[in-house]
Amino acid sequence: MVALLLDPLAAIGRATLGACRVAGDAALFALEGLSHVLRPPFHFRLFWRAFLEIAWFSLPVVALTAVFTGMVLALQSFTGFARFNAQSAIASVVVISLTRELGPVLAALMVAGRIGASFAAEIGTMRVTDQIDALTTLSTNPMKYLVAPRLLAAIIALPLLVLVADILGVMGGWLIGTFKLGFVSAAYLKSTFDYLQTQDVVSGLVKAAVFGFIIALMGTWCGYRSKGGAQGVGGATTSAVVAASILILALDYILTEIFFAQ
Amino acid sequence: MTEAMAATGRDRAVAAATPKIRVRGLHKAFGPKQVLDGVDLEVLQGHSLVILGGSGSGKSVTIKCILGLIQPDAGVIEIDGQDVLKMKRREREAVADRIGMLFQNGALFDSLPVWENVCFKLLAQKRLTRAAARDKAAEVLEQVGLAASVGELWPAELSGGMQKRVALARAIAAQPDIIFFDEPTTGLDPIMGAVIDGLIVDCVKRLGATAISITHDMASARRIGDSAAMIHKGRIVWTGEARSLGHTGNAMVDQFANGEREGPIQMELRR
Repeated sequence: MVALLLDPLAAIGRATLGACRVAGDAALFALEGLSHVLRPPFHFRLFWRAFLEIAWFSLPVVALTAVFTGMVLALQSFTGFARFNAQSAIASVVVISLTRELGPVLAALMVAGRIGASFAAEIGTMRVTDQIDALTTLSTNPMKYLVAPRLLAAIIALPLLVLVADILGVMGGWLIGTFKLGFVSAAYLKSTFDYLQTQDVVSGLVKAAVFGFIIALMGTWCGYRSKGGAQGVGGATTSAVVAASILILALDYILTEIFFAQ
Repeated sequence: MTEAMAATGRDRAVAAATPKIRVRGLHKAFGPKQVLDGVDLEVLQGHSLVILGGSGSGKSVTIKCILGLIQPDAGVIEIDGQDVLKMKRREREAVADRIGMLFQNGALFDSLPVWENVCFKLLAQKRLTRAAARDKAAEVLEQVGLAASVGELWPAELSGGMQKRVALARAIAAQPDIIFFDEPTTGLDPIMGAVIDGLIVDCVKRLGATAISITHDMASARRIGDSAAMIHKGRIVWTGEARSLGHTGNAMVDQFANGEREGPIQMELRR
């Protein structure tokens, strides 16, 4: 009887301790990675390679996502706002939604799928084929060589990608607004910029930097801790994308509270 | 003057008497599994020791403990008479800088061309410019019987034997004092295995290095080892000359060396 009562509690306790252990490990990994970002020697070539991979090669998928999101947003706003005769607010709704929320979140989710998975797979494969141990035997700290350049590259690249996404998203809304919904082009653009505040853009870019850090952290951490051959690498890749996506959405709420809660 | 010369002579005598690598009472457990249960080893300067043992007997863990890749639970690891486990991080890194390692599967970096793999340590330590590293890589590749043009290829473009040679080139490029070889002939045909063994012996002799190798391949053990040690259930159960393998008089070693089914070593089967 006592065992029946205690077994579920023990299971909950074990799960809680396990979750704390994992969170603690990720936090220590993040701190060590960041400490190597700040301490020389710096691997500029690796930083540049990671930056190109994130910023340049993610550009098509982020651009397409932003354009279509802007278009859909304009269309949905028009049909919704028509009920209240508030169609004139479409341009400002599109630009504020994009810069504050949809630009950073959607770009980050796209990059999490692309880059988080790629980091986890590459580093995970290096782990299971002894390449990370080989780095250590070759006088190279794996955290400095594999993790720090990727963290820094993602923190810098994501805001740039989001800036592009914001511009292209607004352009998508403008395309629908002027060519399909009959707005005058100059009036649409004036309405867009009249209601846009610096804080809208800046908050989105700060979110992007945080999301970039999370994506690179989850990718490198899951890869670094992977074990068990191909299956382990596959699991690490899935975990990296899922964990990054959930953390992006959770942190988006927290950052929104910080920036905009009155 | 005479006293100074005598002191220098004594220092040399002490240095010659001190093993290059000495391991005492090394213990390591992973959870409930005790992998190392008091490993003792000694390797003299310029000697080549081969460690034999079945799968899971603790060979690789022993090497990884000496390399600093795994922290042992207890024991002493001395290199040149200094306990590396008590060293500060920078001191230990300085010792690690003098060690080369050939991994079982090569562990070449897929994202780098062969020449950069070979000279990775020299580039990491900023001992060479990238241009000089290319020339150095060509020179080291030649020492392991590969053309300089191989340096421009990627690891994925190489055969298994070529990958082993490149991994050997990487292990010796920085001219280490100590080299570890983890199953250097595994996965190679017998002829290529013999070629790799020959290269290992040549490289170790040329560098005057101290070597520890892990192998299951008895022919390879006899070729590359001066001495041999057998590890079983986390303990060294025999040490002797490598050329005596197969007829050592130790039932456990002879069973292992001759690949006999019956003997003191019983294969543990999970049911």
